[in-house]
Amino acid sequence: MRAKTFAKRNLKELFRDPLTLFFGLGFPLVLLVLMNVIQRNVPVHIFELETLAPGIALFGLTFLALFSGLLLARDRTTAFLARLAASPMTASDFLLGYLLPLLPMAVGQSAVCLGAAVALGLPLSWNLPAVVLSLVPSALLFIALGLLCGTLFNDRQVGGACGAILTNVTAWLAGIWFDLSLMGEGFRTFAYLLPFAHGADGAKAALAGDWAALPGHLLWVAVWAAAVMALAVALFRRRLVER
Amino acid sequence: MNAIQILGLTKEYGGRRVVDRLELSIPAGELFALLGVNGAGKSTTIRMLSCLTAPTQGDGLLMGHSVRTDSHGAKEVLAVSPQETAVAPNLTARENLELMAGIYGRPRARADEVMDQLGLGRWAGQRAKTLSGGWQRRLSIAMALVSQPEVLFLDEPTLGLDVLARRELWEVIRGLKGHTTMILTTHYLEEAESLADRIGIMNQGRLRAVGTGAELKALAGCENFEDAFVALAGEEAAS
Repeated sequence: MRAKTFAKRNLKELFRDPLTLFFGLGFPLVLLVLMNVIQRNVPVHIFELETLAPGIALFGLTFLALFSGLLLARDRTTAFLARLAASPMTASDFLLGYLLPLLPMAVGQSAVCLGAAVALGLPLSWNLPAVVLSLVPSALLFIALGLLCGTLFNDRQVGGACGAILTNVTAWLAGIWFDLSLMGEGFRTFAYLLPFAHGADGAKAALAGDWAALPGHLLWVAVWAAAVMALAVALFRRRLVER
Repeated sequence: MNAIQILGLTKEYGGRRVVDRLELSIPAGELFALLGVNGAGKSTTIRMLSCLTAPTQGDGLLMGHSVRTDSHGAKEVLAVSPQETAVAPNLTARENLELMAGIYGRPRARADEVMDQLGLGRWAGQRAKTLSGGWQRRLSIAMALVSQPEVLFLDEPTLGLDVLARRELWEVIRGLKGHTTMILTTHYLEEAESLADRIGIMNQGRLRAVGTGAELKALAGCENFEDAFVALAGEEAAS
């Protein structure tokens, strides 16, 4: 109940911030249209909608880290979190409260991105809802990364860590814009130890209906998401009471 | 019955003792003012009693709930108005109050009651970040009152308020006396003298003197309370 009350507050905070709406929904769409325009004007196939759309849907989710991180960091660096920490809210109430409003936002964001891709020419198929579902572990991962950063850093540092570094790391290591093997075998192996490329490949597999490939990618992302979330919870719990 | 019992409460940071074996009992319904110069240990004491800082030694009991071993029970009975304004900026004044009512399991109608009590009604639909500093401060205090706490910590509640707003808040605080046990920290000596049943003066983490305003003046041999405070809270008193 307390988590739900707190989640409602966070939902309002998020949707009343115009930057959230722009980066959450607008920016991935701008990228999608831009890449599509480039593809139509070059003779080679580099930005095909079948690979680009799931990749950009994943890239759009990186902004969830920024939103969750900024929300937590702003609360933590003002006395607002101290007020709530002195209330009967538990660490689980807090983290569920930050997580719950972002999950439907992630689903909506992925759906809007894929809907735009359909408008640009991606064939309509029953695999599209599966793509949205396949991105849920990645959404959890990015929210957890945001909560981890929000626990450790102030809002300006979160802006740098989640807004600049994480978006670039994801863009480079998820293989959204290019085939990872172009960067050499070492880079490719490293990229596949991290969860981002698996997140993008899982979404691509879902779109292609390659159900055999899907569980391996999802499991890899889910394990990373669980580990980062566990770390965020442990650190948040420690920081809730000054030692 | 004692609503607040402080038993040898101590806090050290890196070997430096900022609160030193504090012992104090506050009966239910009393307003206790905690005074001291900056760095005396007042806010750290409030933070320990609010379960925001873990004590190094000792304990605090709020309505019988230990802040060390039963912090959840303690948090059910306490509320705190922090020194800094603590509001959700993108929520309206009413939404901020409803949020706190929801967290403490109180009906939403409590928001309207507290808004009336603190004159916040005309700002009910306005986002907190667009309110003036003084009104944000009032909202912050209202958020502490919405849960009808048995124990209330007011950490410099009137800081930044104009004279009229301060006097209005004094009336609200007076109205709570008798059924809410309060610890108030303040730098305004006339506020402590006017409102508090008893006053404690802290210096270098220790409670140097406790009594009514008149008792403290008699103890220091001074005519006015400011002179008594300077005598009791000054460096000489600590040595």
